Amino acid sequence: MKDNAVFRSRVLPWLLLLPSFLILLTFLYYPAIQAWVLSLHRSNLFLGTRRFVGLDNYRLMFTGALAEKYIQVVLQTFLYGLLVIVFGIGLSMVIAALASQRIPGARIYRLLLIWPFALSPAVAGTIFLFMFNPDIGSVNQVLDALFGVKPRWLDTPTLAFALVVAASVWKNLGYNIVFYLAALQNIPHELSEAAAIDGAGPVQRFLRITFPMLSPMTFFLVFTNLTFAFFESFGLIDILTKGGPVGFPPMDAAGVSTTMIYQVTLDGFGGSGNTGLAAALGNVILFFVVVMTLLQFRYGGRRVQYGDN
Amino acid sequence: MASRRTWLVHLILIVACAVVAFPILFALVKATQIRSAVLSPSLIPGDQLLENVRNVFLNANLLVFMRNSFIVAVAVTVGKTTLSLMAGMALVYFRFPFKRGVFGLILLTLMMPVEVLVVPLFDVISLQPPHTWAEFASWIARPDKILFEPARYGFGWANTYLAMIVPFLASATGTFLFRQHFMAIPRSLADAARIDGASPWQFLHSVLVPMSWNTIGALAVIEFVYVWNQYLWPKVIIRREELQVVQVGLNLIIGTGEGVQWGYVMAGAILSLLPPLVVFMLLQEQFMRGFALSESK
Repeated sequence: MKDNAVFRSRVLPWLLLLPSFLILLTFLYYPAIQAWVLSLHRSNLFLGTRRFVGLDNYRLMFTGALAEKYIQVVLQTFLYGLLVIVFGIGLSMVIAALASQRIPGARIYRLLLIWPFALSPAVAGTIFLFMFNPDIGSVNQVLDALFGVKPRWLDTPTLAFALVVAASVWKNLGYNIVFYLAALQNIPHELSEAAAIDGAGPVQRFLRITFPMLSPMTFFLVFTNLTFAFFESFGLIDILTKGGPVGFPPMDAAGVSTTMIYQVTLDGFGGSGNTGLAAALGNVILFFVVVMTLLQFRYGGRRVQYGDN
Repeated sequence: MASRRTWLVHLILIVACAVVAFPILFALVKATQIRSAVLSPSLIPGDQLLENVRNVFLNANLLVFMRNSFIVAVAVTVGKTTLSLMAGMALVYFRFPFKRGVFGLILLTLMMPVEVLVVPLFDVISLQPPHTWAEFASWIARPDKILFEPARYGFGWANTYLAMIVPFLASATGTFLFRQHFMAIPRSLADAARIDGASPWQFLHSVLVPMSWNTIGALAVIEFVYVWNQYLWPKVIIRREELQVVQVGLNLIIGTGEGVQWGYVMAGAILSLLPPLVVFMLLQEQFMRGFALSESK
């Protein structure tokens, strides 16, 4: 690694780092430690009481009244994340690859594809909530007129789950396509053209050249989409189904993990208002995030080198 | 054969553009219609756009929500970019002990999403600070208790802008982006600056910043959009409507569901989409270049 450290000062680098440091320590590291401390206590949000219970909250997750619900939530979260990643990233990659080809109007297509980059989960949820409202939504009015059916999109468990997945995939399309287009700009056209001269068809060129050259970006997007599915999706889900994707009773309004943390904490989900349990739930998710980040750095980093040459 | 294939590509791309745009165009059309048409599947634009916008701005508080979002998003974007630039400069242009450890400590925060830390962060932000200096001194004297017991004091920032700004001012992503970018700048430039007697500040001002506009633009887009779109944290920490941000505010406009003015809500959804869209479109070139650069390093 080359060294750019040309300036000599003992104090200045620390002064430059100090503000970032203070903020990260106070608002990320300290709460992260507190999350473990809190998870060892049983707290009642409404009474303001708090007492040390050791690992009881972790045990409650698997054996308590909420155990069944919690396992359902974990499974739903993973299934949701998987679907969002496979459909969202797969579609975006194909669309971006097509829009990067040298065809007339490619610039216009690219512009029309990337403008919803900044779409927020809450706005996506709001629009879908109106479109798919079972009684007054346009989708059901059209379906009713054409086929005489009015599906209960927002309160039938499987339909609500499918709708949340569809809304999330749609919400992420613009975001994923932007990053893929940026990555595709860096892949020299000569590679594809040389392969075409050698007789490779378009599908072969995509599978043998574009797909592997995009792998560093795909790793990055798998990570950001997973972060979305685990955490940022809360806005979309909260607005669309108030806690879905819903399951069958008695796990009806359990939702994905972040929603559950929110409910345990602030709505007194399960009648507990036990912030300790919520913190314990958060720690379990945090564990998965750490594992995924390490995987990302380990494998993503290696591929980036590969894609560069 | 080749031309049939080209037509197929065009067809797929047109369908893709339509799918990407349809829900937003649907909301836009609904925002222009009168109440009776809003509740029908009709997609004929009406003439009520200004009326709906006026109503949602003034009667449904959207103007207040958007002002709050704007203050928070601008403050965080400017602060975060500045702090990341400073940290990146320290990590690249200076030699100091524990440099790798410091960088690792910053990168590690990538694994700490705010959403998971909502519960403890809520305590840190909303608990009241110590009343007297004596109280503060006796608290700070026992670091073991500070770390291993539930937080006793906080900043007392519930229902303030500070709660939505200060915790987000430092950034692992930003520091990482700037570090990568600075390392790609030839060392000879920094050497020349030092030999010519430039101070680190002069170097920052006349060399680094002018050479970093792509990275600054890319980071500004990412951060502005991220902060503008935040939902969970403002919903938890802000309990007063006049301080709420637009993402949560939209949900307040929908309200309980009885007699929802969907024309207003759709107008609100479209309006709340505009600021990040404008920022993205203005900085799109820098964003693409700044990000492409960092990815290939």
